[in-house]
Amino acid sequence: MIRVILPHHLRTLAGVGGEVELDVAGPVTQRSVLDALEGRYPMLRGTIREHGTQQRRAFLRFFACEEDLSHESPDAPLPEAVAAGREPFIVIGAIAGG
Amino acid sequence: MSKVRVLVGTRKGAFVLTSDGKRDKWDVSGPHFGGWEMYHVKGSPVDPNRLYASQTSGWFGQIIQRSDDGGKTWHQPGTPPGDPPTPGPPKTASNQFVYDASAETGKLLTTHQWYDGTQHPWEFKRVWHLEPSLTDADMVYAGVEDAALFRSTDGGENWKELSGLRGHGTGPKWQPGAGGMCLHTIIFDPSNPQRMYIAISAAGAFRTDDGGATWKPINRGLKSQYIPDPNAEVGHCVHHVAIHRSRPNVLFMQKHWDVMRSDDAGDSWREVSGNLPSDFGFVIDVHAHEPETIYVVPIKSDGEHFPPDGKLRVYRSRTGGNEWEALTKGLPQRDCYVNVLRDAMAVDSLDECGIYFGTTGGQVYASADAGDSWNPIVRDLPAVLSVEAQTLP
Repeated sequence: MIRVILPHHLRTLAGVGGEVELDVAGPVTQRSVLDALEGRYPMLRGTIREHGTQQRRAFLRFFACEEDLSHESPDAPLPEAVAAGREPFIVIGAIAGG
Repeated sequence: MSKVRVLVGTRKGAFVLTSDGKRDKWDVSGPHFGGWEMYHVKGSPVDPNRLYASQTSGWFGQIIQRSDDGGKTWHQPGTPPGDPPTPGPPKTASNQFVYDASAETGKLLTTHQWYDGTQHPWEFKRVWHLEPSLTDADMVYAGVEDAALFRSTDGGENWKELSGLRGHGTGPKWQPGAGGMCLHTIIFDPSNPQRMYIAISAAGAFRTDDGGATWKPINRGLKSQYIPDPNAEVGHCVHHVAIHRSRPNVLFMQKHWDVMRSDDAGDSWREVSGNLPSDFGFVIDVHAHEPETIYVVPIKSDGEHFPPDGKLRVYRSRTGGNEWEALTKGLPQRDCYVNVLRDAMAVDSLDECGIYFGTTGGQVYASADAGDSWNPIVRDLPAVLSVEAQTLP
């Protein structure tokens, strides 16, 4: 079971309170996790990744195991601790401004 | 007794204000979608309980929301209210606005003019304005940034661009204003379902006479400083346009500079700024029952964007322009430095026409006597982006 933590506004949009737990088929990557997330919560389509390009939206970041994975390939395997469900995959809204 | 529902979009959520026909006591519902920028909320003329809302965020992008019960509950079209999320393929794309670059159009639809004069790719940013159809509650048009017009025929679930607007030829000359390159005004001709008007900052106004397939710039007579060619077909910073439904060929425009009027469906324009203290402003609207009575809120420009002399004044003309009277009763007449944005004025259609406008200071003012006197419905909302009024049975 993959654990995902969403920022406040996306939790509200999806109607979830805390962490999301997902079944992910095959290799556990950013793409497969986000595909599973959007499959279960279709209202999140376009809010994390751009429609069409599937690129990460500019002001969002991806973290896991205290590492910034935002610039990793979407098809690179996520850390084993995420795949095993010990650590969450975290979507964070970048803090902008001074 | 009739009721009034006022739909307010703000920088940090939407609010629904309701009152009976007296319009002296108001219930305030909200914030809906707290923390999100709500650019526009508007109800269907066919089914007043069908509301459409544009919810946006720099972080999370565009969301379309719909209510089928007058704003009590909301859902993203394609995700029915109360329907728990289920595993499986995504079933909604209500926030997907894809520019038409198909070969069928055969036109260069990919770039417009950037601030530095170079060409820049069209990039979707947000929906500025939602205009529900006059005849079908499931049909709604969206004016977006970067400027384009989209239409949904299934209640906001799927959107398709009316690409004839961008493809008619002047698209590469359109350029963003200070607020971005937005299509902010959509007006239907109630007497002719094939005719529609739209306006873009900073390109100008356009008209279709074939239901949106082809478009014509209607900017003759507009004068804009810093545009070398006085007869430029596009490039004008139109802020808002309004009509009275009984005379759809008469258009009133608040432009970056000047208040303008057209009596021939936009084919030509003449200035009617008259004695206004500033020819700059954003809003313009028409009295519900008097097609020659129009309202503007003069704003000082270019660099300041607040009311002249710190006095918030609505100006009313009962002569279709040129002769204006300041309406001040109940409005702050000192130390007021708010702005009133382009979609933030509306009228109801009760016998005694009500006028509403919202400010960037978070006030929504109402007049139940056609502008003679004003009272704030609310004083401390987030900055108001849009105001719409519905008259309910």
